[in-house]
Amino acid sequence: MTAPLHEPTAEAAPSAADEAAVASADAKAVQGRSLGRIAWERLKRDKLALSGGIIVLLLIAVAILAPVIAHAVGQDPELHHEDLIDPLFGTPKGSLGGLSGSHLFGVEPVSGRDIFARIVYGAQISLLVGFLSAVVAVVLGTVLGILAGFFGGWVDSVISRVMDGLLAFPQLLFIIALVSVMPNQMLGLTGTGVRVFVMILVIGFFGWPYIGRVVRGQTLSLREREYVEAARSLGAGRLYILFKELLPNLVAPIIVYTTMMIPTNILTEAALSFLGVGVKPPTASWGQMLSNAIDYYDSDPMYMVVPGVAIFITVLAFNLFGDGVRDALDPKGSR
Amino acid sequence: MLAYLIRRLFAAAVMLLVIILVVFSIFFLVPKWAGVDVATSFVGKQADPAAVQAVREKLGLSDPIYSQVWEFFKGIFAGRTYAAGGDVTRCAAPCFGYSFRSEQAVWPVLTDRFPVTLGLALGAAVLWLVFGVAAGVLSALKRGSLWDRGAMVVALGGVSLPIYFTGLLSLAIFSYGLKWIDAQYVPIGQSFTGWIGGMILPWITLAFLYAAMYARITRATMLEILGEDYIRTARAKGLREQTVIGKHAMRSTMTPILTMLGMDLGALIGGAILTETTFSLPGLGQKVLDAIKNQDLPFILGVTLITSLAVLIANLVVDILYAVIDPRVRLT
Repeated sequence: MTAPLHEPTAEAAPSAADEAAVASADAKAVQGRSLGRIAWERLKRDKLALSGGIIVLLLIAVAILAPVIAHAVGQDPELHHEDLIDPLFGTPKGSLGGLSGSHLFGVEPVSGRDIFARIVYGAQISLLVGFLSAVVAVVLGTVLGILAGFFGGWVDSVISRVMDGLLAFPQLLFIIALVSVMPNQMLGLTGTGVRVFVMILVIGFFGWPYIGRVVRGQTLSLREREYVEAARSLGAGRLYILFKELLPNLVAPIIVYTTMMIPTNILTEAALSFLGVGVKPPTASWGQMLSNAIDYYDSDPMYMVVPGVAIFITVLAFNLFGDGVRDALDPKGSR
Repeated sequence: MLAYLIRRLFAAAVMLLVIILVVFSIFFLVPKWAGVDVATSFVGKQADPAAVQAVREKLGLSDPIYSQVWEFFKGIFAGRTYAAGGDVTRCAAPCFGYSFRSEQAVWPVLTDRFPVTLGLALGAAVLWLVFGVAAGVLSALKRGSLWDRGAMVVALGGVSLPIYFTGLLSLAIFSYGLKWIDAQYVPIGQSFTGWIGGMILPWITLAFLYAAMYARITRATMLEILGEDYIRTARAKGLREQTVIGKHAMRSTMTPILTMLGMDLGALIGGAILTETTFSLPGLGQKVLDAIKNQDLPFILGVTLITSLAVLIANLVVDILYAVIDPRVRLT
């Protein structure tokens, strides 16, 4: 492919087809900027998106370092502190849900487990399920979407009908149903491991049509472009065209949909644990803490506020970052 | 138009059949694959083998799956008879079977709970459509203004808040703290004001979540449409701004909004599981959650059928409305 005469500055955002050209021209032309560079420069100017991104990084650090952080404040997420509980009402002694220097967010009613440690450990479950289920959805959606768009015909009909069907399903209902009938032991995993694995698979499975539709639509328009025809006339095989010509041009929409899917998946995980079909106690999860908090919303509101705010901050940070990424990568983006 | 309707209805029927088959497989094949005996788990762990066998025979659990599916469909339209030896039970149409747990008939429970969920979904939908769309349109028109930024910050917060958290917060503040509202569900037939009182918090919290989503979508769509040529043409013709926005821009803006409304409303009518759990509303969502936890297949099938039917009908109505609203759409 020869580098086309192209002035990146004249056009604020190159269209998908030009991106590859710009990227390959990058090495030769001095003023050439890759899509990644352009997006990064836009993202850098978006203060809200950046702060969202920073919070996301912090949360990931918290999740990975959960044992270290809990150890540093001297707390264990599953250790009971019944001495801190009012035996008459089952609520924590003292004000604000038993908040103190050693229990930074207070303790749980009845058991007296440290809420700070449980929140920190709960981040592991939330982020793990949120990320990995998005990965499942992206892989399935990209592969099937690209196949449907590229081959057309009956392949497209079958995949498209399946996507329509899945989108018309009462999703939460089926996610709950599937998660709850899955066995408690499989593939050598037990307990929390199985619950997390099952949630990742099921949430990911119901998420792929969203990405699949976008990828299919993009592929449909991209496969008619001249550069695909050029590759074909040079004797490139189907696989080469799929992976070397089409896939690089689909990266931008895939990244956008992935970042927007993660917060939704985190909310779904929290909802499943809230409904009692997610991870089982004593493993800590935010949704499950909220579900326990229903019984204490009047007597111990702190117990409800802490996990609720944790979910809120996490999802908000991902949403802010996702919006920023979309604006930075979207050629039509105008804000 | 008629051909279109017939084709859509046929597709809907196929979809329903697929959904029923999927539900059957989830609850019969997955446990089998995992090595759990379905009949024993329905009767209870301590039941003696004879009782398990009797139940299995009476409910037809040992029949092949296609005949079970057939019996289920037949029951809905013609009623069905359960028989095991001398023990015969007649279930009149529409028969959705009996609970595996409590031996309650499914259909009366569904009709009993349906109005609760329908009231919740419709009431909230009116609120979120009015406020969400209005906020989105205003934001798009006053783009970059203080109102726009404020509304979009609130909306972003709204989509990031789980309903079971805002629900609990609103209960703690308005029902327990300020004591403005007695959050207790009262059937509409008993007392209209009592019904409103019990539904107002669920309506507002549910509507807040959806209004935030709708405001974001409305704003984005409106901005895109305001840049289209036909809007410029309308302005160039000398039409009043009110007409340009209200008639020309609003029509196309409503298309994606309606698509979302169809899906959201359908899903909610089939059981606002999270909202009903948070506010202890005795609707379909609460029931189906119970049923799933108890693996009570007849209830799950019943609610799933109603949900899927609601989603399909809502989508069909929406597609027909497209043609009314957007002159570019022709139903073929």
